[in-house]
Amino acid sequence: MLAKRIIPCLDIKDGQTVKGINFVNLRQAGDPVALGKAYSQQGADELVYLDITASHEGRKTFTDLVGRVAQEISIPFTVGGGIGALADVERLLTAGADKVSVNSAALRRPELIDEISGHFGSQVCVVAIDARQGDDGRWTCYLNGGRIPTDRDLFAWAHEVQERGAGEILFTSMNHDGVKGGFANEALRRLADTLTIPVIASGGAGCRDHFRDVFALGHADAALAASVFHFGEIAIPDLKVFLRDEGIPVRLTATTPTPPPATNTPTHIRQ
Amino acid sequence: MKVAVVKYNAGNIRSVINALRRLGVEPVLTDDADELRGADRVLFPGQGEARQAMTYLRHHHLDEVLRSLTQPVLGICIGQQLLCSHSEEGDTPCLGIFPAVVRRFQPRRHEDKVPHMGWNSLHFGEGARSPLLRGIAEEAYVYFVHSYYVPLCAHTAATTDYILPFSAALCRDNFMATQFHPEKSGDVGERIIQNFLDL
Repeated sequence: MLAKRIIPCLDIKDGQTVKGINFVNLRQAGDPVALGKAYSQQGADELVYLDITASHEGRKTFTDLVGRVAQEISIPFTVGGGIGALADVERLLTAGADKVSVNSAALRRPELIDEISGHFGSQVCVVAIDARQGDDGRWTCYLNGGRIPTDRDLFAWAHEVQERGAGEILFTSMNHDGVKGGFANEALRRLADTLTIPVIASGGAGCRDHFRDVFALGHADAALAASVFHFGEIAIPDLKVFLRDEGIPVRLTATTPTPPPATNTPTHIRQ
Repeated sequence: MKVAVVKYNAGNIRSVINALRRLGVEPVLTDDADELRGADRVLFPGQGEARQAMTYLRHHHLDEVLRSLTQPVLGICIGQQLLCSHSEEGDTPCLGIFPAVVRRFQPRRHEDKVPHMGWNSLHFGEGARSPLLRGIAEEAYVYFVHSYYVPLCAHTAATTDYILPFSAALCRDNFMATQFHPEKSGDVGERIIQNFLDL
């Protein structure tokens, strides 16, 4: 059975992992290659590396990092941040990334999605969407890491990027990001139930129950989180066992703890 | 041991080279007939579109070279599909090692998303286990990205269920193939590549 994916996200600045709390206030969280390797060994299904460096020099550092990640890690990984042209995509795929994630550049020039999927295939093209739900209930897309609002509606944009050839959508709810109160399951469900491409949920993970809910209620194909993993609040092997016991199909690896004794088995039906 | 990776116009060959290096093997990336024929192992990886790939292989006479190989050969993803007799993708005649026709997934329900992308589990029949898959547990998870599949056939060595059961791995004499990406499948994939090198 196709497994629901657990994806740690590493924000990279000047070659180091950082995590924004509500898109600001950066904190250090370790060496990106070592951290990625540790997650891979713990059973992470994919990794996302986001370059939040603005400078040209930082870009080169990031490309070098992508090359080192590709050499050392044996699970798929996506890279994003600052991708504005096909040349950026080619540079990162050549360095060894499996997929690229585009965000603001696609909002500014949607044809970029057609170009990436046309040249490299839909499977490499992840479109990241940052959106906020206003008081009127409407979900609006934001540019530049959530700093600049647009007039685009989340659902209309999600369908447009699918039509243009995106292979996956990575949706971050700005209302939920960094709050650790759970994912935006209502909006996620609406996306997942109407799109034909996979939806990765981002923003809001605080405890294991939130991951169960994002799959069971939000119908997401994958869930992404950062700080709960970086700071050891949730261990991926424990999370995988918890999800399996809750009836969510997940990939268990050799390092995943063995099943609990039968007496501890939950009473509800499992597959 | 000399390990060759077939150089052609289907991308994502770097990840296979990285995986071999992690196992201590330095492969040669080549489209030279003599070099391919002289290698101890040949990997035929790739991502891409069947018709363009076959056109390139024929143009460079690599189709004949690949068919003539007698050492262990491992096709990966589109490599597996190209080793079959025909692909629905672009209505393309392929290499014909495995007598199977590659089909496109037809979704039946909304949840049936195409491409089939992500981690899915392997199943093995009652028969003898292929040496390629030695030590791999029933329901071990491996990583897939594909829209076309090889139906079950006499050479199916492992199956995976997505929309319908299909051939996750094929074996016929010295030719082996996986629809999934062992080079992206963590420890399970690493074991499969090591098995191939140890044949």
